[in-house]
Amino acid sequence: MTDRTIRVENLARVEGEGALRVTIRDGVVKTAELKIFEPPRFFEAFLRGRAYREVPDITARICGICPVAYQMSSIHAMEALFGISVDGPLRDLRRLIYCGEWIESHALHIYLLHAPDFLGYDGATDMARDHPQILERGLQLKKAGNELIALLGGREVHPINVRVGGFYKVPRRRDLATLAERLKHARDAALETVYWAAGFDFPDCDRDYEFVALSPPDEYPFNEGRIKSSKGIDIAARDFEEHFEEVHVAHSTALHARIRGGGAYLAGPLARYALNFERLSPLAREAAQEVGLGPICHNPYQSIIVRSLEVFYACDEALRLIENYEEPDKPAVEVTVRAGIGQACTEAPRGLLYHRYEIDADGTILDARIVPPTSQNQPSIEEDLKICINGWLDLSDDLLRRKCEQMVRNYDPCISCATHFLKLEIDRG
Amino acid sequence: MPVKLRKPTLAVWKFASCDGCQLSLLDCEDELVGLIGAVDIAYFLEASSALQPGPYDLSLVEGSITTAHDVTRIKEVRRRSRQLVTIGACATAGGIQALRNFKDVREFISIVYARPDYIETLATSTPISAHVAVDFELHGCPINKAQLLEVVSAFLIGRNPIVPAHSVCIECKLKGNVCVMVAHGTPCLGPVTHAGCGALCPSYDRGCYGCFGPMESPNMTALSHELSELGVGERDIVRLYRTFNAAAEPFSTESAKHDR
Repeated sequence: MTDRTIRVENLARVEGEGALRVTIRDGVVKTAELKIFEPPRFFEAFLRGRAYREVPDITARICGICPVAYQMSSIHAMEALFGISVDGPLRDLRRLIYCGEWIESHALHIYLLHAPDFLGYDGATDMARDHPQILERGLQLKKAGNELIALLGGREVHPINVRVGGFYKVPRRRDLATLAERLKHARDAALETVYWAAGFDFPDCDRDYEFVALSPPDEYPFNEGRIKSSKGIDIAARDFEEHFEEVHVAHSTALHARIRGGGAYLAGPLARYALNFERLSPLAREAAQEVGLGPICHNPYQSIIVRSLEVFYACDEALRLIENYEEPDKPAVEVTVRAGIGQACTEAPRGLLYHRYEIDADGTILDARIVPPTSQNQPSIEEDLKICINGWLDLSDDLLRRKCEQMVRNYDPCISCATHFLKLEIDRG
Repeated sequence: MPVKLRKPTLAVWKFASCDGCQLSLLDCEDELVGLIGAVDIAYFLEASSALQPGPYDLSLVEGSITTAHDVTRIKEVRRRSRQLVTIGACATAGGIQALRNFKDVREFISIVYARPDYIETLATSTPISAHVAVDFELHGCPINKAQLLEVVSAFLIGRNPIVPAHSVCIECKLKGNVCVMVAHGTPCLGPVTHAGCGALCPSYDRGCYGCFGPMESPNMTALSHELSELGVGERDIVRLYRTFNAAAEPFSTESAKHDR
């Protein structure tokens, strides 16, 4: 009974396809591996030779759930190289479309993927039988996010309106005004979601993460800011590769991101929240206080509350941006191509997303590098598994398997994104 | 005594892809609860851990075939599916990852991965139809979710789906858009691209980039000629045809003519 191997052959309710393998020897967890068996798609390779203006349309295809993040990190990296600054209404519109992505992506995870774990269902389809109104609320919330993306981007998945320098076409004030009514309802639904999620039973799990997120001076992070950590990192986004590395570790064939000379770290909602609590809107801070969530949350299971708070914030912020919106004269600023290297980070729903491009004088991509949040979080996921499972060893294999799956889902891992950088698993028996 | 009708079973499968097309099913926010009531979702990993072994009345397949393992897996999916519908550019044409088909995949592996010896992948990315019989192909990168509902409904009822195969140009005309190519000189793949998006890009003042793939019998030569007239160089013509449906005929053949 002391030697056990727990396998989850197909992880359900995650984006993309992965598996899990935990080995227990003499009553102690020896290894915990999140296996990725998504086939590689080689984005960084085929980006070489493409025109810079094609990049946001191509990188969007890395992930159907967070395409806006891949568009945003790519355009900011290229604008950093070209010396372009996008301010005023165009900057606000970028923030606004990002709000839409956080709302749809988080609502998908909260209602369809994560909540069934806390309520004891296999999935949202079963949950719908007993709680149809709750599922309906989640779907309408998700829809509000998708409508925001569709209005600004043309469609929910792989929007077509984002370009280096701005947009192809900007919305009229009156187009946004009609959306504001729906967003007010969405904000109410998001607040209900915060209360609902905060009422779940959470296992005790207090982890001493090093949180890493963007942290701009006076706003909750979407598109920009310095990279900061809860243990003292404070660097410009362009210096990401000097401070973070991807390495092979002995127990896994996957590339894992680590702090150079340090260890695992955590990106995503818990990190953003801990490093930027005071930059949330007053309403969002108040909601956190109401449900008894302090300014830092170390329990990965409670990420569902933090995601709900971020949805609430994103609705609130979207309403503020719409209220203040004035139509710009032009949909994009002038772009002058310059040869060199440009880097940027933005905050994808799942966390920090780093892009670097080397471009020649005619705008052709010479080299590209993309580090998605899930590959950054993979070492933390495995550490969580090792630490927490030690407390669950008395459980049957079946229950333990469910617990492990839930642990992984706490991160909302997006395996489709991460796979471009992760090794295919080789089973070593 | 009335016979209780069995609900049809639906399965959703993923191969090499971004998840966006299967997400389109969950993006049917207003229809999802109705769909759950009408069908038995028997296998949908992204949505539920309750998995039934099949056989399935209808399988929706997302993604392209890029590994030896997936060549075997798609045959198993076909065996267990009464009807099989492929959704999206990856499943119908090989997707953006089919850009490897024009290069040496070993070079691609060494660019992305530090240890190429760990990577098991095929030299090409191919559509599902290159491996098994497919009952219907729904195009788009991503697919249009209204068309997805139409296809699912049609298959469950047992009629042909109504999905027009004409060009994006027709959609532009129906929408009353000004032609971006004629009026603004913007290169546009609308004349050769399969309808389905609702002429999205021209409606946002940009040229169509062909994410729904080639229409039925497109006149590629005529479009390439027009593009050259607008001053689009040979390299950019190749780039235009080689994106999300690069391996689809006749985009593939036409791009090769300009790849010198």
